[in-house]
Amino acid sequence: MPAVIMILIFSIFPLIVSLILALSRTRLRSGGYQIRYVGLQNFEKQLFGSEQFHFLGTFKTVSAVGWLVAATAAALLIWWMYSYIRGNNLTVLGLIGRLITASLLFGLAMLFAATLFSGTQFGTLGVTLFYVIVGCSVQFVIGLGLAFVCSQPIRGRSFFRVVFFLPLMVTPIGIGFGFRMLADTTKGPFSPLWKLVGLGDFAWASDPWAARVFIIIGDSWQWIPFIFVILLAALENVPRDLVEAGHVDGASNWQIFREITWPQIVPVAATVMLIRVIEAFKLVDLPNIMTSGGPGIATESMTLHAFFAWRALDFSQSAAVSYLLLFVTVVLCVSYFNLIVLRRRAVHG
Amino acid sequence: MRLKQALMPALLGATAMAGVTTLASSAQAQHEGVTVNLLTRPGPVIAGRLEQRGEEFKEMTGATINVATVPFADLFQKLVTDWQTGTNSIDVGVFASGWAVEMVDAGLLADLSDFVAADDKIDMDDIAPYFREFNQKIDGKTYLITIDGDFQMVYYRTDVLEAAGLEPPRTWEEYLSVAEAVHGQDMNGDGEADFGSCMFKKRNAQSFYAIMSIAAQFSQTQGTGEGFFFDTETMEPLVNNEAWKEAFRVYKATGEFGPPEELNHDIGDTRALVTTGRCALMIDWGDIGPLSIDENSQIKDLVGAVIMPGSSRVLDRASGELVDCDAQRCPHAIDGVNHAPFAAFGGWSGAVNGKSDPAVVAAAYDFLSYMNQAEQSNFDVTQGWTGYNPYRVSQFENVGPWVEAGFSTEFAENYLGAIGASLNSPNMASDLRIPGTQQYQGIVLDRELARFVAGEITADEALANVEAGWEEITDDFDRDAQRTMYRASLGITN
Repeated sequence: MPAVIMILIFSIFPLIVSLILALSRTRLRSGGYQIRYVGLQNFEKQLFGSEQFHFLGTFKTVSAVGWLVAATAAALLIWWMYSYIRGNNLTVLGLIGRLITASLLFGLAMLFAATLFSGTQFGTLGVTLFYVIVGCSVQFVIGLGLAFVCSQPIRGRSFFRVVFFLPLMVTPIGIGFGFRMLADTTKGPFSPLWKLVGLGDFAWASDPWAARVFIIIGDSWQWIPFIFVILLAALENVPRDLVEAGHVDGASNWQIFREITWPQIVPVAATVMLIRVIEAFKLVDLPNIMTSGGPGIATESMTLHAFFAWRALDFSQSAAVSYLLLFVTVVLCVSYFNLIVLRRRAVHG
Repeated sequence: MRLKQALMPALLGATAMAGVTTLASSAQAQHEGVTVNLLTRPGPVIAGRLEQRGEEFKEMTGATINVATVPFADLFQKLVTDWQTGTNSIDVGVFASGWAVEMVDAGLLADLSDFVAADDKIDMDDIAPYFREFNQKIDGKTYLITIDGDFQMVYYRTDVLEAAGLEPPRTWEEYLSVAEAVHGQDMNGDGEADFGSCMFKKRNAQSFYAIMSIAAQFSQTQGTGEGFFFDTETMEPLVNNEAWKEAFRVYKATGEFGPPEELNHDIGDTRALVTTGRCALMIDWGDIGPLSIDENSQIKDLVGAVIMPGSSRVLDRASGELVDCDAQRCPHAIDGVNHAPFAAFGGWSGAVNGKSDPAVVAAAYDFLSYMNQAEQSNFDVTQGWTGYNPYRVSQFENVGPWVEAGFSTEFAENYLGAIGASLNSPNMASDLRIPGTQQYQGIVLDRELARFVAGEITADEALANVEAGWEEITDDFDRDAQRTMYRASLGITN
């Protein structure tokens, strides 16, 4: 019973209060806050109203490439649903879940088709997904590579393990300031190097894509160690006899990795990525410190969007953006867990 | 530790002791046992001096002043949360005066008018009219005690302009042409090309203060009471017009003669460039003066200050177009140029929690009054590290303390002349002081300006978005209530 009460206090109560805030407008009044119920107005403002450009992006005409991307996404999703319906595992719950996932994925594909692939700017939702998809992919590939190297019998292995793990212990604010300084092409410590390669007058913070990439570099520097340390443990748990048997049978290193090592670590890899993706959706420190969301709104994540609104006492918009973030995160992460993690576990576990 | 910093406590101690011994006898143990908890921003700037003066105040009156700090961006939120939720762990907030309007509206602040009336040491007549009548008062009552006067000026490198045969800019067109003429010169002898203009442009920092400073010159002509944010009758925004469009154009154009990464520069980055001698022109609050004589500064005696450049073409509110100044349109113009020095941020001011114990309120007021009194503040404003800028007439009429602080007489006269010209201007532009100011400025204006400067949208689109965003906020806060507050903030009472 005490545990249930604790959960209610610390988890459910804030969720309910923030939902009330998201469905109302608030303002300071003598003796407390005045809360006025406005229904879905705050969400409408983000999705269709004056904040649409900020949250979703700027929509003009969809380009031919945009239509192609949308059509490809639609075809893939229809094929995916069709395969599921024709398969042997059809359940009502599974169908509803897949319909929700497919709708959201199609919506996101349309979003990118109408913004990124049509030459207009995407909003904080697109920026957040960019951080999640590109950032987590980069971090996974490098983290796995480093873990693989450190699992081999190389000299100084223990030293590298400690060194690769260190960035995880640094506070994100420190990393933000550190990378902002390192990336400064005119005053930073690498300034002579930048000048040498002709980038002395290049300001990364003034270019939307360069700024986003630098934020991903900072984020990766911090989070690669997390993936590294868990995958290293997984790699070291791969049975030696299987690997040795592969060698005896004349398999190449790549074949051993693909056929023996990778299937063994997939369940762990899928889980670590789930944790990392959930964390990446909440990225706020680095864009706040490095660029304050700029240039323009180019590097503003959804969490930063909500934070800026909250700081100006606009609790309602802040709560609405937070709920939209919660919706996207939950649908994508639950889909990922059900469709990839559980399936991998079923296959390999 | 630098020599100046090392000697500072001793110097302060000596000056304070003289005051303490005379005051102690009359006010001894006046507030014995009372503890006042004060919250402000961190760092030696603003908070450092409050702590030191707090110690002096304790010796004089027995009251303990606890100075706590939170990051600037969280300050408003922390104060409001503490007071609104009834926690009341904070007795005094030292913050931007403009924020107080929302707090007074919510009934959070103590009315200090009676304390001021009974205070024979504060000498209100010495406080510059803008700060006395607009900054400290809301709806005719005094809720705030100023400890820092904030408005922006343009600073220029005297040596660079002199070598180029140029005069300090009087208008924004002149600003741009001066910046262009000297851009790329080596201004600090390090062999590198330096910049014609340095102006902070980082989003979510101080950039919106700069744009308001520029826009005021084109928008406000009839005196402080005219205001330039909203129509005082309809509360419709006065932003989607040629005046603001021109301000946006000028602001972005200064970037052509600025450092390449200026879009990511806040005021701290800009000041670092200025004091290392890399900028010919810059816009800043009063801080550059004292910072220029810091021991690490490379611009000692090489910098001058002028009132914010103005414009000979100003807004015709009926048509939304810019028209030429004439005697009727620009009654306060100097040589045909309209100036509207903008009280950006309003200055750091102290306010007292209305729910604090009466004994604490009395001690808190006495402490704020002590900070504000000429005997203390006339010294504090000459010290760059305090972050305090002049707001008393006696502070810019007497060069003595400034020369003692390390200014040359010539620079002190130049600097104080610019301050005097701004503070004495009947056309000083007031910062926005109505509920939702943070949302109007810090969210909507700041974001649209950042998008425009980054090249995401045009000035027309940005200003249309600002207008629409401001209208939404006004409707959300109730248009009639906002109009009443806005008119009151400009001193329009009928």
